[in-house]
Amino acid sequence: MIRGIAPVLIAAALCVALQLGLGPYQFFAYLAALVGVNVILAVSLNIINGMTGQFSIGHAGFMAVGAYLAGIVSIATKQDHLTFLPEAISDQVFLVGSLCAGGTGAALCGLIVGLPSLRLRGDYLAIVTLGFGEIIRVIVQNTQALGGALGLSGVPQRAGFGMVWFWVFVVVLVARRLAASPHGRSLWAIREDEIAAEAMGVDTTSYKVRAFVLSSFFAGVAGGLFAHFVPIVNPGSFTFVKSMEIVVMIVAGGLGSTTGAFTAAVFLTLLPEGMRSLFTTLGGGDPSLAQKVDQIRMPIYGVLLVIIMLTRPKGIFGTHEAWDVITRWRRKAKPA
Amino acid sequence: MYGLLQHLINGLAAGTIYALVALGYTMVYGVLKLINFAHGDVMMVGVYVGYATAFMLGREHFGSFGAVLVIFLVSMLACAAFGLIIERFAYRPLREKPRLTSLITAIGISFALSYGFQMDLAITLGGKSYTILPGAASRAFPEIIVPTQWLELGSDDSSVIIWNWQVISFVIAAVLMVGLQFLVFKTKFGRAMRAVSFDHRVAALLGIPVDRVIAGTFMLGSALAACAGLLYAIKDTSVQPLMGMYIGLKAFVAAVIGGIGNVPGAVVGALALGLCEEFVVGYTSSSWRDAVAFGFLILVLLARPEGLFGRVQAEKV
Amino acid sequence: MRSTLLSAFAALAVLSLGCEKKPVAPPAVEEKKADPVVAAAPKADTDDIVIGEVGSLTGAEAAFGISTRNGIELALEEANAAGGVKGRKVRVIVYDDQSKPEEAASAATRLITQDKVKLILGEVASSNSLAMAPICQDNKIPMISPSSTNPAVTEKGDYIFRVCFIDPFQGYVMAKFAHDELKFKSVAILKDVKSAYSVGLTEVFERSFSTMGGKIVGIESYAKGDTDFRSQLTAIKKMKAEGLYVPGYYNDVGIIARQARELGLKVVMMGGDGWDSEKLFELGGKAIDGSYVSNHYSPEDPSPVVQNFIAKYKAKYGGVPDSLAALGYDAASVAIAAMKRAPDLSGPALRDEIAKTKDFPGVAGTISMNEKRDAVKPAVVLKVEDGKFKYVTTVKPE
Repeated sequence: MIRGIAPVLIAAALCVALQLGLGPYQFFAYLAALVGVNVILAVSLNIINGMTGQFSIGHAGFMAVGAYLAGIVSIATKQDHLTFLPEAISDQVFLVGSLCAGGTGAALCGLIVGLPSLRLRGDYLAIVTLGFGEIIRVIVQNTQALGGALGLSGVPQRAGFGMVWFWVFVVVLVARRLAASPHGRSLWAIREDEIAAEAMGVDTTSYKVRAFVLSSFFAGVAGGLFAHFVPIVNPGSFTFVKSMEIVVMIVAGGLGSTTGAFTAAVFLTLLPEGMRSLFTTLGGGDPSLAQKVDQIRMPIYGVLLVIIMLTRPKGIFGTHEAWDVITRWRRKAKPA
Repeated sequence: MYGLLQHLINGLAAGTIYALVALGYTMVYGVLKLINFAHGDVMMVGVYVGYATAFMLGREHFGSFGAVLVIFLVSMLACAAFGLIIERFAYRPLREKPRLTSLITAIGISFALSYGFQMDLAITLGGKSYTILPGAASRAFPEIIVPTQWLELGSDDSSVIIWNWQVISFVIAAVLMVGLQFLVFKTKFGRAMRAVSFDHRVAALLGIPVDRVIAGTFMLGSALAACAGLLYAIKDTSVQPLMGMYIGLKAFVAAVIGGIGNVPGAVVGALALGLCEEFVVGYTSSSWRDAVAFGFLILVLLARPEGLFGRVQAEKV
Repeated sequence: MRSTLLSAFAALAVLSLGCEKKPVAPPAVEEKKADPVVAAAPKADTDDIVIGEVGSLTGAEAAFGISTRNGIELALEEANAAGGVKGRKVRVIVYDDQSKPEEAASAATRLITQDKVKLILGEVASSNSLAMAPICQDNKIPMISPSSTNPAVTEKGDYIFRVCFIDPFQGYVMAKFAHDELKFKSVAILKDVKSAYSVGLTEVFERSFSTMGGKIVGIESYAKGDTDFRSQLTAIKKMKAEGLYVPGYYNDVGIIARQARELGLKVVMMGGDGWDSEKLFELGGKAIDGSYVSNHYSPEDPSPVVQNFIAKYKAKYGGVPDSLAALGYDAASVAIAAMKRAPDLSGPALRDEIAKTKDFPGVAGTISMNEKRDAVKPAVVLKVEDGKFKYVTTVKPE
């Protein structure tokens, strides 16, 4: 049990240290948090799209559920604190509570969406998940209690990038452990050939639903974190476009590879910022060239997807993982 | 009573437009088993082609039958060509690959088109400036059909109005759909289409030029979509680059509701969706419009996973 | 398994026991930790002064952003030609927020933390300003919105200002005009639920009009970006109102007007400053003629301040400036005047000087900051005729 918990504790300590040290660098902190959220989204989507081979393109919907739920829980408990802890730590504890609430809500939605639709064929699942994402957005936009179309404001901005990256660690750990476990092997089997897996005794629907619920939980957590470092939670942040951005990330990284999802998420989140800075300096401080480049970003994503599919559909990493490489080196170093 | 009738007519008018787009989806799915996400955006391109054509013809021709014919034909041809190019270069190489790959490609094209058209790009040739990419802002669609009331039932305050463009919509849609039915069931090409949709490998063995049939299907679907897009632009008097995405999605939902791959099913699904949307928006608020399509879809799929008219497809191992 | 459950329960119990409301802390003067990078080299005194601008240069409300940017650029050009601020030139860094609030927020963050601007001009749309304001407030960087009229914007903190009137006034202006001048007894409203601006104006108009004795016969709604308004307009037709108030943005209003006239809805339409754009006439065509609009300024105003501005704007950009451009110009001018008066360019000093702005001769009216950091100014009512806005009357604040 200690061996299981140890990495988490070490990661937590590391994140706290990084946060305290680098926190004041505002723009870096903001970027780091944004990257972290996208990584969580990508790695979690990879569980259902990559490992289980289902096509879910409504991930932003779960993110929205998590964001709004965590947001209102935080707003409701804004004035509460635990007397035996200093305020800062108590705030973080409440933040974790809100995140768990958001994640659980999203997981519940995942269950509701997944149970009926995972019976459907692949293409149909895509449309239903997309539809679900849109329905969530429309519901939120029409609910005044959630701020309506103008968004939810007043969420205490407690999530530092340290907290975000702690959760990145958690999701990567979960994904890795899942991939290597017998449970994960069933998921891979479903991805490769669902009928054969069913014939071998794998209860495909139950496994698919479980993967879906797990994936939605983390999407909800990502959403909750997002809500705690942007000043206003706007329903426009959770459209079909956002879902597609995540899909691009995992496809480019390699469907099924957690390392791929991670890398692609980091790269594709930092790319617009990097390009903006690059083109601003190239333009001599005038950001209009950078703006033009920014405009091209989305069509380029589209073209990129097509090119990847035509040339290297496996993505950059295929199904390989970084740690597999490390294990292979280690094995080579130790002659049998 | 009159309100109900008006909503009925508006719903059917919207439904016929969705039907034309849904037919494209359902035909392509039938032969390729591919959800062509880019279909709606090809439609959008067609609408902008129509827009450009209308301006090149000149304002003085607006309202004349000849101009309308020319604009529709040019737009449909352009779309057909565009659909052909996309099929040839993006979908054909991936035909034997897993379906997910083609799906993602389709989404990529859809994105590239809808966001590409949101950029502003104009080039100056010989003094005159030509807009290549129109930009994200909505533009007023030229009044090539001047809206006039065709029929007014009832008196001024509780009247039901049927517009000329609605009638034109119905007529064009009906003609095209009947034509399509004829094509699919009474011609050699239609027989080839149906054969390919059953099993394209066996069809190839029997000597059917599968590539050409698929290409033809794409062209047909895209042309129908162009027509639908123009009717939509006339109805809403404005165009903007994202119009394709949403209409496309809803038309696809309609096709799925009717049973994807089933031609009459697509029409029924589309009309049902158009009516549903109109009634929900009419009696609640327009902000629920987007949710209606998907809500309807989920309900139908829960009850009948293969769609209203779809065949239960046993998956062969 | 049991032990984990037990320990979980124990943890929950301890947590809930310790849970309590936070003691109400006195509003602390927050000591924001200085960005370590800034503490490094002191800035040379002859460098350009950098200010930031966030606007929607692309996207649905692009016309707003572009007009505002033009106004700001013109003001800066003039100021720099006249010697700048204490001998230093003023430079503006502009970021496009694509008409999206989350992009506005991230643009503001970038301007403050990366580009180290001294103040920020923006935004036009209230939804975007609301997203930016907390960031500027937390970082003690003054923000001047040229044309966000929703009252909540300046409520975000004492570093947030605006040089335009607020919606409670604007809604009142149109309500009064409708009631007193147009003599309407019943009005229907078609509002955009997706913009803070429209929702706010609707509330104010409804309240004011009812208080004056008029009747709001119904409120229909649409979402920004919709293209088919026929169901709402059909419902409105049945209400038999004498006027229709559409406090939305130009790109929707144009289409609404056309479809309304198609449906045989002949009522006079009214709106707010969200209508102000050339594109309105392109989208609305003849359908828009005969409508009335409350706005910040009229190009027909004979005062020399206005006519000078229009001449300079025409020379540089061609075309008559709309009120967005005028307000952009005013916002920049107020900022520059404050920078000239301030002892130094720190956030608190600038904030104090901007707050002291009194009787500033702006193009869009004389600007005086009240204690809520809103500008108290008159509004004009314009009529749409033949694809142009024509001046009707001015309404002064009480």
